[in-house]
Amino acid sequence: MAMEAQEIEGLIRAAFPDAKIIITDTAGDGNHWAAEVVDESFRGMNRVQQQRAVYASLKGKMDGPSGDLHALALTTKAPD
Amino acid sequence: MSAQDTIKETVTSNDVVLYMKGTKEMPQCGFSSRVAGVLNFMGVEFTDVNVLADADIRQGIKDYSDWPTIPQLYVKGEFVGGSDIITEMTLSGELDTLFEDKGVAYSKEAADKIREANG
Repeated sequence: MAMEAQEIEGLIRAAFPDAKIIITDTAGDGNHWAAEVVDESFRGMNRVQQQRAVYASLKGKMDGPSGDLHALALTTKAPD
Repeated sequence: MSAQDTIKETVTSNDVVLYMKGTKEMPQCGFSSRVAGVLNFMGVEFTDVNVLADADIRQGIKDYSDWPTIPQLYVKGEFVGGSDIITEMTLSGELDTLFEDKGVAYSKEAADKIREANG
C-alpha cells in the first residue's frame, strides 16, 4: 500500500511536534517521497543520528519488501 | 557463521563496503545506483554486497546498523550513511575529508567535477 503525504507528515509530526516538515512527491506517483525535516532537537546530532530518529518516527513503514514506504529521500537539519 | 558475524567480518576486512540492491556493475535500485555511481566516478575501490542475493544479509545489515534502508556505506568498519547522507557529503566535500582521514584513495578531481555539475 502506498502512503499519502499527510500520513507521512502525521507520523513525523507526532515525534517532532515543532518541526518544519516539507513532504514532496518526487515522481508524482504517490510512491516516491522526499521529506525535509528541520527541528531544534537535531542540534548536536550527526546526520546518521538525525535520520535514525526520523526513521524511528515512521515506525517500521520503511521496513522490507512489504513496507508501505518504498522510497523516502530524507534531508534533516537543525534550524539555522 | 551468523549474518551479524558475516557482516562484521566483511566491513572490518574491507576498507570500503557498499551494501546495495544489485551490483556495482548492475544496480537494481535508483538509490543504490546513485551511491555506487559516485564511488565509481571518484575511483574509489569498494566491495559491493548485493542484498537481493541473500535474505539474511538483507535483514541482517538493517539490524547491524539500526538503519532501515539500503544502500548502506561502510568505511573502515564504520557506518557512514545511506544515499541521502552520501549525496550531501559528496556535495559538501565531507566525503573527501572522510576518505582522507581514513586513508582511502579517491580522485579529488572527479569529486570536484561532481560538485561543479551539481553546484
